Amino acid sequence: MSKKDLISIMDYSKEDYLRIMDMAADFEENPNQTLLEGKVVASLFFEPSTRTRLSFETAINRMGGRIVGFSDSGSSSVSKGETLHDTIRMVSQYADLIVMRHPLEGSARYAAEVSSVPVINAGDGANQHPTQTLLDMYSILKTQKTFDNLNIFMVGDLRYGRTVHSLLMALSQFENPIFNFIAPEELQMPEEYKIYLREKGIRFFEHLEFTNIISEADIVYMTRVQKERFSDPMEYEKVKNVYILRNSMLKNTKPNMRILHPLPRVNEIATDVDQNEKAYYFQQARNGVFAREAIISHALNLK
Amino acid sequence: MKEHKKKLKLKVSAISEGTVIDHIPSESLFDVISILELDKTTNMITFGTNLDSGKLTNKAIIKVSNQFFENDDINRIALIAPHAKLNIIRDYEVVEKKVVEVPDRVVGIVKCFNPKCITNAEPITTSFSVISKEPITLKCRYCEKITHENQMVIR
Repeated sequence: MSKKDLISIMDYSKEDYLRIMDMAADFEENPNQTLLEGKVVASLFFEPSTRTRLSFETAINRMGGRIVGFSDSGSSSVSKGETLHDTIRMVSQYADLIVMRHPLEGSARYAAEVSSVPVINAGDGANQHPTQTLLDMYSILKTQKTFDNLNIFMVGDLRYGRTVHSLLMALSQFENPIFNFIAPEELQMPEEYKIYLREKGIRFFEHLEFTNIISEADIVYMTRVQKERFSDPMEYEKVKNVYILRNSMLKNTKPNMRILHPLPRVNEIATDVDQNEKAYYFQQARNGVFAREAIISHALNLK
Repeated sequence: MKEHKKKLKLKVSAISEGTVIDHIPSESLFDVISILELDKTTNMITFGTNLDSGKLTNKAIIKVSNQFFENDDINRIALIAPHAKLNIIRDYEVVEKKVVEVPDRVVGIVKCFNPKCITNAEPITTSFSVISKEPITLKCRYCEKITHENQMVIR
């Protein structure tokens, strides 16, 4: 049987997504299931990512597994000039599973080729971060009870935001989604994703602002608009307040509407939104642990 | 008489056994030599470049004695010499003609255009799926980014 790596969100089928969702719900009900007892998981973080690492390590601990690894490349043999190839070859002799974060794009696919044990991609540069997508999906399913017929608003940096790209690809596997893309001119959804949606016959709309249309949304997925993404700083000054979500904008939104954000947030969601029951981003982060427990189980065929 | 004229026009001398690769764009000549590893062969090779051609303003031609190529090998040059034609020569006669075809996968040869791709940081053989053949568009197996024809750099 081939090894069950998770490198790109498109490595999973619709059935895999649904299986992960079922398992995540089961882990949420009972997070401490000692399925990893006697197993060693390598947590290789070649660049720091506190949130992702803690979420994975919490999941592993709750499942009774042991962790070896490092939290940034400064404390690993990479600082001595070891190649990724050699690091992975070595670690895959020790551990039963590798969770890896790396700044270079494509590093995860390469690691999976080199490794004899399954590799879970915890982010490879700007390329893929599939476990984030699966926890986003779990959050959507929990709050909407379905993946079908949803109106998804994606707001902010849609050009460089890998989380929105992967989520778009995953949700496109389900029935009749509608996407609304809200972004400044310079940060709009790349053409390749729009071509993908057109080919699948999926409806999408592009807007420069969203105050007047937010009432249609089932999910509002916020992302950070970073100043350094703009070639012209004047452009940033012009748009920086357009993509901020404020509590006053939520008055006429649907009762089932929920706000998601991959975190960390800077100022794109005003703090007055936090008290609103439609703010879901902190529960979303909590769901990450259950989703990752499910992903680990799937990779190692534990359930 | 006619035969005599034809011989006069030959700017690169004829071979008795081997392969003639014609219609190579002049600027791609040395990349073709490198991709086919002709720089490592001990067979006799003659080549001409900046020759007049009806189809290409400047073409190059390579004649390799006593060497024949598998289709998979020859298709590797399709990325840089898409209109190349091969004549298989036996006893001074053309016994077979072949054209090159852009393959569905490209392994090695091309560098990924994405500077942040792992293949540009470590000694890894690149691998692309060909998502369009005209113009050539390659998708990296690793970083999933696109390299367009006008961005292609031969490794």
